[in-house]
Amino acid sequence: MSQPIELRAAPHQHIGRDVPTIMRNVVYSMLPICAFSVWQYGLSAAALILVVTASCLVAERITNHFSGTSSSLSDWSAAITGIILALTLPPAFPLWMGAVAGFSAIWLGKSLFGGLGQNPFNPALVGRAFVQAAFPTAISTWAPAFAPHRFGEFIPSSLAAPFMSPPDIVLWAKQQGVDAFTGATPLARWKFENVSATSMDFLTGHVTASAGETSAILILLCGLYLAVRKFLDWRIPVAVLGSVALVAWAFHFAQPARYPTPAFVLLSGGLMLGAWFMATDMATSPVTPRGIWLYGALIGILTVIIRYFGGLTEGVMYAILIANAAGPLLDQFNQPRIFGDDRNKS
Amino acid sequence: MRLPFLKQVATFDHGIHPVYHKETGSLPIRRFPFAPKLFVPLSQHIGKPAIAAVRVGQEVLRGEIIATPDGLFSLPIHAPATGVVEAISPIASDSGEMEMAITIRVYEADSQEVKVRNPHNLEDLRGAELAIVMQEIGVAGKGGAVFPTHAKLIPPPGTTIDTLLVNGAECEPFLTCDHRVMLERAKDVMTGIKYARRVCGAPRAIIGVEDNKPDAIAALEAALPADGTVSIKVLETKYPQGAAETMTYAILGREVPVGKRSSSIGVIMNNVMTLAYIGKLLPSGEGMTERVVTVAGPAVARPGNYIVPLGTPLRFLLEWVGARSNASEVILGGPMMGAAISSLDVPITKGVCGVLAFGKTEVEPQRSYPCIHCGECLSACPKKLNPTQMGLLAAKREFEAMADRFSLGECFECGCCSYVCPSHIPLVQQFRIAKSFLKDRERAT
Repeated sequence: MSQPIELRAAPHQHIGRDVPTIMRNVVYSMLPICAFSVWQYGLSAAALILVVTASCLVAERITNHFSGTSSSLSDWSAAITGIILALTLPPAFPLWMGAVAGFSAIWLGKSLFGGLGQNPFNPALVGRAFVQAAFPTAISTWAPAFAPHRFGEFIPSSLAAPFMSPPDIVLWAKQQGVDAFTGATPLARWKFENVSATSMDFLTGHVTASAGETSAILILLCGLYLAVRKFLDWRIPVAVLGSVALVAWAFHFAQPARYPTPAFVLLSGGLMLGAWFMATDMATSPVTPRGIWLYGALIGILTVIIRYFGGLTEGVMYAILIANAAGPLLDQFNQPRIFGDDRNKS
Repeated sequence: MRLPFLKQVATFDHGIHPVYHKETGSLPIRRFPFAPKLFVPLSQHIGKPAIAAVRVGQEVLRGEIIATPDGLFSLPIHAPATGVVEAISPIASDSGEMEMAITIRVYEADSQEVKVRNPHNLEDLRGAELAIVMQEIGVAGKGGAVFPTHAKLIPPPGTTIDTLLVNGAECEPFLTCDHRVMLERAKDVMTGIKYARRVCGAPRAIIGVEDNKPDAIAALEAALPADGTVSIKVLETKYPQGAAETMTYAILGREVPVGKRSSSIGVIMNNVMTLAYIGKLLPSGEGMTERVVTVAGPAVARPGNYIVPLGTPLRFLLEWVGARSNASEVILGGPMMGAAISSLDVPITKGVCGVLAFGKTEVEPQRSYPCIHCGECLSACPKKLNPTQMGLLAAKREFEAMADRFSLGECFECGCCSYVCPSHIPLVQQFRIAKSFLKDRERAT
């Protein structure tokens, strides 16, 4: 005992898992989804993921600089925002718009509220909502998967100059020899043409969709990895997907001709990615047990309602943002019953 | 959550599974030598301190009463060694404040036999009469709360005790002294249970032991009395299984109501080592002069379980077990709830179950991050409180809101929330500050 005695308050042990560990693992779990996206869409998807993520990191670093705090890049949270945001954008989204999305995600969605943990809304979805409002055409312009020369050249709209209208993708698809490409997502085709895609197409990624939303089964596996390693709360995706299945089944059961099967609703659009990677964002989801279930159910119900009755074809983004806003209220009214408390036995 | 197809052991909801470091559990209890000087505090229990009954220069025999109890909620102090009283003066204590203590210079040449005994005819005694005899041996709770055992065993007026729970969970990492006592002194445990039941009137006793101590469970089973009134309940190895609330729930399925004591639901709980010492000392009328202590931690060269004379200064103890040169933090108790001490002059007292020494690297502070609302603390809190909300309020110093809206007072400071927090937010530490702030203010008004 030659050294001076140190005094610390109990507990003197720690589980050993800290914020960067959690965030880093979320990033790892999304890498297969990114790889699949690049394999489907080639250079354009790779560039989109890199540009959006880099712009998030730059935005975060600039915030650090002007707020006088030490760099928060090492907590990996800005990287998560960037990757998730990129995966929700159309694969051939003009790169400069992707950068706008990245900066608005971090600055409007996170820095404005005080940084890590303080933001009420999922920053990636704030970024996406921003570009949805700013660039309504580009955000609903889809690209064909598995174009023959996708690793040799960009889909032309990716490289569109700022403030210029992007080149037509359908035309480019024809030149590439992708004849079947119509430029509409399965949800849009169902909504406007009443044509339903098969479950197999969704599972393997042979659909028109955002960069990282094509293969439901891959997203499911990546999400399960996080759930098993306890890096996300399994109750949230279960509540979201469960409530979507239930509501969709009820509609389908009542009017099978008008409403699609629960499988179609579950597998299409951004639901899988949203349920596993966006609704589960820790900072913006409730912490109380009952609050968590209600939050997930709210996302599921809103998603179906927006898809069926709203003007948009996809409802996951707004469903999550609305549920984010409701989160603190759900916590407030669902405080857990304290051990030994007889006053409000549940 | 318990699933039907998994192994069923009794347990509670939430809690944590820390790394247990129970290596000393395989080492037999060994006797520790006498330090040249013993520092015996007059207050080694909760309640009124004892009153010194010796003067400086007086010779004392090992086991002789050197301080008398001040009322029912107090305990006598016995001389832990034969020697001479050198001083009655304030010394450093584990709380950081100075406390009155009797310093005894130990006679080196003495055999240190316990010479003073005061046997009673115990067989006719029941209830409060037996409790008064029990007070004479000076046993206080050995789990850490150091409540005078005889007083704890007397049921409050109007309550009937149906079960005596015996706490052998020992859920804190590193600590194995209860484990060794159950293994080596199972008979003493049973004798102690017998007398404790006669005081509190419980028709049955249940011993709760975590399932990581199969040898102790077997030893206890072999020593169970034939009448079947004492049984063993195997518990899941999980922290804080040994807390009063969680163990009562795990064994009996009863929740101690908010703001009430276990006796209100017919339960009195004692630590297994407390009862082992009652079983060992009460029949002979011998006083409490020593206790079994786990000495362990990464910075201890010869860890183990030792019978340490009360009043042994930590400096002597750590030198003898070979504290490594990098040792920089010494903890009394377990790593989850134990207190780091500020001076090596602090002595071993009746409530010290463990002495742990950690090196500098093991206690390096971690960078803390803002709360990310992961909710891990809610899933860990055995009292099902909301540490997330309380932590955010504590940061804003809104202590009243913590107490009024989130039942801060129910927190028993097990430390699970701080243990799991990925942001390294000192949650339980802030809760302690909030509680003492509110207590101080209450006292002031």
